[in-house]
Amino acid sequence: MKILVCMKQVPQKDAPLKLNESGRWIREDISYEVNEPDAYALEEALRQKEKHGGEVVVITAGPGRAQQVLREALAKGADRAIHLEGDEFVGLDPVNTAKAIQAAIKDDAFDLIFTGLQSDDYGFAQTGVILSELLNWPHATIIMQIEKKDGGIRVKRELESGDFQFVEMPLPAVLTIQSGINKLRYATLIGIKQAKNKPLQKKAFADVQSAIGPNLQQIQRLYIPQKTKKTELLEGTSTEVAKKLVEKLRNDVRVL
Amino acid sequence: MALKFRGVDFIDFDSLLSEDEILVRDNTRKFVEENVIPGIEQWNRDGKFPRELIRPMGELGFYGANLKGYGCAEMSNVEYGLVMQELERGDSGLRSFVSVQSALVMYPIYAFGSDAQKDQWLQAMAKGEKLGCFGLTEPDAGSNPGAMRTRARKDGNEYVLNGEKMWITSGSIADVAVIWAKVDDERGNVRGFLVETDRPGFKAADIHGKWSLRASVTSSLSLQDVRIPASNILPKTEGLKNALMCLNQARYGIAWGGVGAAMAVYDCALQYAQFRKQFRDQPIASHQMVQEKLVWMINEISKAQLLVLHVGRLKDKNRAAHYHISMAKRNNVGIALECARMARDILGANGIADEYPVFRHMANLESVKTYEGTNDVHTLIIGQQITGIDAF
Ligand SMILES: Cc1cc2nc3c(=O)[nH]c(=O)nc-3n(C[C@H](O)[C@H](O)[C@H](O)COP(=O)(O)OP(=O)(O)OC[C@H]3O[C@@H](n4cnc5c(N)ncnc54)[C@H](O)[C@@H]3O)c2cc1C
Repeated sequence: MKILVCMKQVPQKDAPLKLNESGRWIREDISYEVNEPDAYALEEALRQKEKHGGEVVVITAGPGRAQQVLREALAKGADRAIHLEGDEFVGLDPVNTAKAIQAAIKDDAFDLIFTGLQSDDYGFAQTGVILSELLNWPHATIIMQIEKKDGGIRVKRELESGDFQFVEMPLPAVLTIQSGINKLRYATLIGIKQAKNKPLQKKAFADVQSAIGPNLQQIQRLYIPQKTKKTELLEGTSTEVAKKLVEKLRNDVRVL
Repeated sequence: MALKFRGVDFIDFDSLLSEDEILVRDNTRKFVEENVIPGIEQWNRDGKFPRELIRPMGELGFYGANLKGYGCAEMSNVEYGLVMQELERGDSGLRSFVSVQSALVMYPIYAFGSDAQKDQWLQAMAKGEKLGCFGLTEPDAGSNPGAMRTRARKDGNEYVLNGEKMWITSGSIADVAVIWAKVDDERGNVRGFLVETDRPGFKAADIHGKWSLRASVTSSLSLQDVRIPASNILPKTEGLKNALMCLNQARYGIAWGGVGAAMAVYDCALQYAQFRKQFRDQPIASHQMVQEKLVWMINEISKAQLLVLHVGRLKDKNRAAHYHISMAKRNNVGIALECARMARDILGANGIADEYPVFRHMANLESVKTYEGTNDVHTLIIGQQITGIDAF
């Protein structure tokens, strides 16, 4: 199976975020890491390849720093990488990101495309789904298991409240992978060494620009929520207070 | 309250590293965070070496990482150093184990061994299937290993070894010991020998009651008429200088390790000082004397990083002299220990409990200061280099 894994570099989970001057995004001078569900998507692709053979290709759209994500993926066992490199990719909405990826892989024939379920920064959960529409392929989201069948795959989707759904689908297809589907491996030192010799293809914004239109979705304003602390004293006898408390917990806080 | 390590980089040190170096560092950091940090305080309390980590570390390629072939990763010296830094950020004992396996056992086999010895040991040691220890120190020969009493006598096709070794890391868990002994027929010249630890007459006993490196095994070795085939001698060893060449490899890694331990205690003290409040509901980090300590620490850590990176780059060009490595080991372990003591102070009473990693690092670093050439010994090495006068 030939699998493409779309991976994004996002701010490190506990990085102290500051707004940038435009007030629409954050300042860049922080640490970055691979988007968590994407790491699971890569791991799943590597496992599928180990079982069924084939090739794992990784792609990212982002500035120069995002190459680190590809290096790590190559070190873990991906066969080659494509870097859509440019600061312009940072502000793209999911439609345009999907279009850029589609344009970048137009000469490749993949059986499967994996994305993470969603990105830890924007959290849209859209890129994979839109990409499948653009390609006119079927897709399934929140994938917890993938099994190869004759002529297709059978996947397990995570639903609400601990329920699962099994879906059979033909190939090629797009799957958005849920964190925790497998156990992540570490890159080995030998893997890191070997990755130096694996192909890493760079494409500039100009190379895919013709496929991209104006953003359909725009961030108007980003702000850090004001910290507010409201203390309310419940008064009355203990029976009355208990009653009020239960009401509050049921109707306002909604935890009962 | 467990404080998560956030990394330490005040001077944009990362801009001096390549992408691969950063990847090696981050990958090791992740491994340590997920596999060492959750268990280390308990292992340290129990005086237990975490054997369960031996094979996973082998799979990642930590053993003999800067050697070539035999399944080793052929990392640069800087990449290898960053692995040591991260391991010691977790625990000096764990780093010691990897240092001994890599620099003190695999390296001498690689550099001074026969092809048959390399084939027999290196691949298995890289995987962690076989473990090694390094026996130089003796009860009466520490800083001055030339005073060793262990003897090897040629007897037909065999050597017969007799002697006592002391303070030997991994002694009782090793499959093979690199034993340094004076050879009777060679006018007492020191040579290295590979001694399988299951040979009759070889005994290892653990040293208990340590206040330091508790998650690492330290043993004494006794060799009584231990017979080994003559082919077990490391053929390219010619004298004590070969043992010192091994120490050079290990000391280089320790210099990086010192940075790791210092980072661990500094980051902990910084986070603690920011949330611990005393006087007027202000964090203790707002007091000048606490800031002065934190500044001293980050200042010294930044210098230590630059020093060891420079020595590493020299080593990659084959231009690192032993006295360069001495300076890095002496400085970096020295400042790490001082950082640990200051961090201990900043944490107040919490500084003495193993809820925080500080006291463990502090106690560990006392060993690290002593082994692989004490602080004083490195002072004398550097002193000798600049004055031309031997002051030992
Ligand atoms: C936990 C641990 C693990 C170890 N692992 C190993 C191992 O795996 N293999 C191995 O071979 N050894 C190992 N060692 C031994 C270590 O290398 C020695 O302890 C070290 O070389 C110092 O020797 P010593 O303890 O005999 O101290 P000594 O040599 O007796 O030194 C005591 C003090 O005197 C000072 N001193 C000595 N000579 C001079 C001088 N000429 N001028 C000024 N000051 C001097 C020293 O600096 C020190 O302060 C280990 C030690 C420890 C603590």
